[in-house]
Amino acid sequence: MTMPYYASAEQVMRDRSEYARKGISRGRSVAVVTYADGVLFIAENPSSTLHKVGEIYDRIGFAAVGRYSEFESLRVAGVRLADVRGYSYNRRDVTGRVIANAYAQTLGAIFTEQMKPYEVELCVAEVGDRPETDQLYRLTFDGSVVDEPDFVVMGGQAEAVTGHLREHFLPGMGLSDALQVGVRALSAVSPVTAGAAHGGPSQLTAAQLEVAVLDRRRPKRAFRRITGSALRTLLGDEPTPDAVDDAPATSAHAPSVPEPGTPAGLGDPANPDTAGGAGFDAHDEDGGEA
Amino acid sequence: MSDQSATRSGFPPAYLDRVGSSFTDFLATAAPDLLPGRRPVPTMPVGDLAPHGTTIVAVTYDGGVLMGGDRRATMGNLISSRDIEKVYPADSYSVIGIAGAAGIAIEMVKLYQVELEHYEKIEGLTMSLDGKANRLAAMIRGNLGAAMQGLAVVPLFAGFDLDAAPGTAPGRIFSYDVTGGNYEERGYAAVGSGSLFAKNSLKKTWRQGLPADDATRTVVESLYDAADDDSATGGPDPVRRLYPIVYRVDAEGAVRLTDAEIAAVADTIVTERADADRRNTERGA
Repeated sequence: MTMPYYASAEQVMRDRSEYARKGISRGRSVAVVTYADGVLFIAENPSSTLHKVGEIYDRIGFAAVGRYSEFESLRVAGVRLADVRGYSYNRRDVTGRVIANAYAQTLGAIFTEQMKPYEVELCVAEVGDRPETDQLYRLTFDGSVVDEPDFVVMGGQAEAVTGHLREHFLPGMGLSDALQVGVRALSAVSPVTAGAAHGGPSQLTAAQLEVAVLDRRRPKRAFRRITGSALRTLLGDEPTPDAVDDAPATSAHAPSVPEPGTPAGLGDPANPDTAGGAGFDAHDEDGGEA
Repeated sequence: MSDQSATRSGFPPAYLDRVGSSFTDFLATAAPDLLPGRRPVPTMPVGDLAPHGTTIVAVTYDGGVLMGGDRRATMGNLISSRDIEKVYPADSYSVIGIAGAAGIAIEMVKLYQVELEHYEKIEGLTMSLDGKANRLAAMIRGNLGAAMQGLAVVPLFAGFDLDAAPGTAPGRIFSYDVTGGNYEERGYAAVGSGSLFAKNSLKKTWRQGLPADDATRTVVESLYDAADDDSATGGPDPVRRLYPIVYRVDAEGAVRLTDAEIAAVADTIVTERADADRRNTERGA
């Protein structure tokens, strides 16, 4: 007679945690940093269409690491919850806390009830009218939620990046300073810059980064992606003074719109956010660690 | 998701199904009671009990498209509102104007705005202008039952086409009928009770490729002419400082023209008409 296999609850939870942690640690890191005018999202992400950072609502943004297909469905759920709530109540009644709670409940339920936990870590950021009212919620695979001050780092080398940021972060930095501090912190641990001592690149470039802000000065929808020449200028890769003016043009309202008159699908190849038709359809093929 | 999770807080299962990027379709499964087309249709005509919005006009010009609407809502023989707004931005590159039962129309505009924004957030792309026009048609189609009882909603939709081929006009106008029929208009269009008079006015004043200022004048003038002959359309009201609402959509996006700009245009029209009338009277005397 075979004995039924027994595993203690403690053992099961430990195994699941370890499984989720392992999945997350394979991915590259994302840093969410507060700055003078809002919240800055910086992700090391060579793909220009499989986003790790997204808009949830007027003042609320989302960043994630881990398995793309899993956090993408959570992102969509967050957008749906925000839009349903904003439509049936009022736009002002959609808060980051509501969204973060829903994520926490869902992740917690999946962690305890399902064989395989979600291998994701999320950050829900909400920008307020003043820097003191900005909120960063970090959510882990088991549904725990932490309200963090100043910055949140998630992903493979989170601890090293956090250490780097702790040294260099100052409250109330400008956008360019905050971006450079964040990028240096991510670069310090990235496999891309591992060969820096032997003459390789020492810092991540615009093409390897996905950057977006929640800018409190923008009316209504605060979320805006920073791509192309605006990003290169902020990084100091390409100090062309006229490109600074491009920055506000990369608006959240027209996230992927080619220049008027450009046929769909023929965006500027140098500017990853102008691609036309092809887009999110590819998400299933590349459902692994983003 | 397991079935138990439906009873707990957090996301209900429908929220985590990755199907579709339409907000309306999602509401139909997650919260159908929020959709205007899903309610029982009144069994008798109720048209006279509900405020109705009236005239909306749209014209293309050399850099895009303009849409304007008067400020009156009527309920039977009463003026129920003098300052209702019937033209709204649908998203950053399109505008929507509504004629018909005001309550349902405004709810529909609100839903439509969320629909476009929702798609944009989920897909990371803005919908094509034709796609936007089609989504609106689907919404109107759902209202046919209520339309038969006097609660018709007839919108006018216009936008700047970011995918327009070089050399073609980027400003485009779409009109609708109560059954959800969707027709692209050439040059100009009008809906609502005063639309007959507004169109007659535009027929004389509008030309292809007008500059923005001249086109704004044709819009305000056509509304003036509509108010002249249609009791349900309001004219410019200098006493209360109420003027038509006009939106301009160009390559920069949709902006509402300020009251001061419209007031100046309306005052010019009124003065010119008064002068012309005086000259006619003098000539006759």
